[in-house]
Amino acid sequence: MTSVLYDVPGPRARVRARITSWVTGLIVVGALAYAALTLGEKGMWDASRWMIFNDPLVWAALLRGLLVVVQSALVATVLALLLGMVFSLLRMSSHRIIRIPTTVVLEFFRGMPVLLMMLFILLAFPGISAFWAVVSALAVYNGAIIGEALRSGVVALPKGQREAGLAIGMRPLQTRLQIEFPQAFRNMLPIIVAQIVVLTKDTALGYIVGAVSLIREGELLGEFLGRQQYFFPIFLVMVAMYLALNLTISTVARQLAKRRGVKVASVVQDESLSALT
Amino acid sequence: MVIFDNLPLYFEAFLQTLSLLLLATLFALPLGVVIAAMRISPVGSLRATATVYTEILRNTPLVLVFIFCFVVLPILGVVLPFMFSAVLALTLYTAPFFAEAIRSGVNGVPVGQAEAARSVGMTFGQTVTLVVLPQAIRSVVPPLINVMIALTKNTSIAGGFFIFELFGSGRRLINANGDQVIAVLVGVAIFYLLITIPLGQLADALERRVAIKR
Amino acid sequence: MKTRKTLIGTAAFAVAVALTACGAPGSATTGGSTSTSAAGAGPYDLAVVESPTFEAGTTMAKLAEAGTITIGTKFDQPLFGLRGLDGKPVGFDAAMGSLVAAKLGIPFDRIEWTETVSANREPFLQSGQVDAVIATYTINDKRKQVVDFAGPYFVAGQSILVLDGNTEITKPEDLAGKPVCSVEGSTPAANIVEKYGAVLQPTDVYSKCLDPLKNGQVVAMTTDNVILSGFVDQNPGVFKLVGDTFTEEPYGIGLPKDDTAMRTFVNETLQAAYDDGTWARLFEQTAGTVIPVPTPPTIEQY
Repeated sequence: MTSVLYDVPGPRARVRARITSWVTGLIVVGALAYAALTLGEKGMWDASRWMIFNDPLVWAALLRGLLVVVQSALVATVLALLLGMVFSLLRMSSHRIIRIPTTVVLEFFRGMPVLLMMLFILLAFPGISAFWAVVSALAVYNGAIIGEALRSGVVALPKGQREAGLAIGMRPLQTRLQIEFPQAFRNMLPIIVAQIVVLTKDTALGYIVGAVSLIREGELLGEFLGRQQYFFPIFLVMVAMYLALNLTISTVARQLAKRRGVKVASVVQDESLSALT
Repeated sequence: MVIFDNLPLYFEAFLQTLSLLLLATLFALPLGVVIAAMRISPVGSLRATATVYTEILRNTPLVLVFIFCFVVLPILGVVLPFMFSAVLALTLYTAPFFAEAIRSGVNGVPVGQAEAARSVGMTFGQTVTLVVLPQAIRSVVPPLINVMIALTKNTSIAGGFFIFELFGSGRRLINANGDQVIAVLVGVAIFYLLITIPLGQLADALERRVAIKR
Repeated sequence: MKTRKTLIGTAAFAVAVALTACGAPGSATTGGSTSTSAAGAGPYDLAVVESPTFEAGTTMAKLAEAGTITIGTKFDQPLFGLRGLDGKPVGFDAAMGSLVAAKLGIPFDRIEWTETVSANREPFLQSGQVDAVIATYTINDKRKQVVDFAGPYFVAGQSILVLDGNTEITKPEDLAGKPVCSVEGSTPAANIVEKYGAVLQPTDVYSKCLDPLKNGQVVAMTTDNVILSGFVDQNPGVFKLVGDTFTEEPYGIGLPKDDTAMRTFVNETLQAAYDDGTWARLFEQTAGTVIPVPTPPTIEQY
């Protein structure tokens, strides 16, 4: 890695950097080892605690929860992207009558905890199922955020882009959709992907309306098997599952971006430093 | 009207939410700066540690971070007061987001600025503190505020972990006023918006000013 | 320890059944009750009425016709409704659900169980997403304005759980100004704050209170005695219940509002179970492993 911030290190600096590197590395590894040993002393690594994972029903419950996470995240992501485009179009409308109310509503959506919105939707739309209450709350909330990201992406584009579109006779909406959005979307991709990861994590909040996703499944497993004894191993497995899922999302998004030949330009110049990494 | 009848309760919860927000910001912001600095530093293991930490925290749901602070830490022998643990969980979770905001702001400073500073013989520390950061702060503040808005909403998770905050006040009032649920929730929403809308306005205003200056 | 051992034993048994015979999930929840051979008798050994007849147009007729019923219950309350590994709840609430279903000609494995949390009980009943809520659901006047209740089928009471060695706390008055853990938005939590001036340390699941109680971060936890008894039983020698119950919590079966025929039917079903001893047997089989079997409560006619 080369950086303009410092010289290519010379021999002395290299030695110094290597020593600092080793020392901090050792401190980190030491702290982790200490934690692991303490956990071991408390019997957290005992086979008896981990034997629950020999039971296919335990895995079935956890995978059932993971499936709910994937399903609701997938549906909510698609809806949030669509809503995000609509929101940003309305927000950038040239008519005040559209622009101002949209701004107010978006502020409202962005300012509320998604937990509260799930409850709202469940109570305000009688007959909606827990799953759809969760999905629509996630879609609206993240749609508002993605919409804002898209808008600032469009605003950051050089004016010439829009002017050129209009000059060759494209209608304003056409210019937005075919010229500005693709570029804004590309530039804002890191933020949008980060938001999708947030969305995926927020599916866990569905417990508030009785939608049983991964963390709730884990908690219920703990209740049934004995929280004191078995919750720690279940906790670690849940962390691993979420890491795997979300890192996959990030990697796939990065891969897609690469294959399309997308250059993450202007806003975040150094791709390795973008939110994707 | 249920909202006016219970203003003291709402207010107590609102203060708790506010203090969670302020305390977590107070600790997470410096930690975020440290993480951001580690991620651009020339020392390999610092970079690696910061990267791994960021990756883990950003890809783990906040509830699990709370569980770590409230369940796993006591197993390790660290028993903290509830408010401490809640602030700790929010701090650990939010710091990487602050770091990202700072980093993107730093990246927004034209490379030529750093090159110029380096070419007049400034060291890494001087370049970062005297040239890059002062310019970055302007463009960093709006994203930092956005992280704070997200943090405000995230404090609602603390309601499940022994802290009485706004969302908890909603739950308490729903139980007592099952016939006015929507009104109770509107009350909760208003109090959240009291924090988040001014913050959002501030971010927008700053963003506009930065945009003009460029 | 007894409960957890039996639960784990049960789970192990369920696995064995699933592995060897692909047996119906839930059929093993009573452990040794292999006598339930009739198809659909389920874990609670209830005789499923064969093609029952109801007046056309009633809810009962519709449910019997559909051959399935959706019941909302708690998934995290030991002794009453604790979800097993197979996804079916175990406990006295689940037994009551099976009892009503059996009378409608619906076998245990055709019951759809949905988790009800405090936020969704009334909305789900009002919108018809569940046909009944059996979820340690206390009958009270506010709730009666939006839903109907059959029963009560059990009367619990609020009580206090402390560490086994604690001699300072003997009654709710002793909790004034002290940190007490309970579930936010529950009636016992409101009680202990409003009537006895305790400082509530709120959480969302009762079992989350146990660690802070052990660590001394709260001096007590409070909720209905039956739930606390489950924790005493799961952690022998660690916790104890203090004093008598200081409230009455009649648990009812929540039904959509103004369906008098259905309410009468459920009440009659309960009454019959009280009279012929089925209720006592079901209690003994579930919560009775920890709590002595009480006399059935009087059904509320309104």
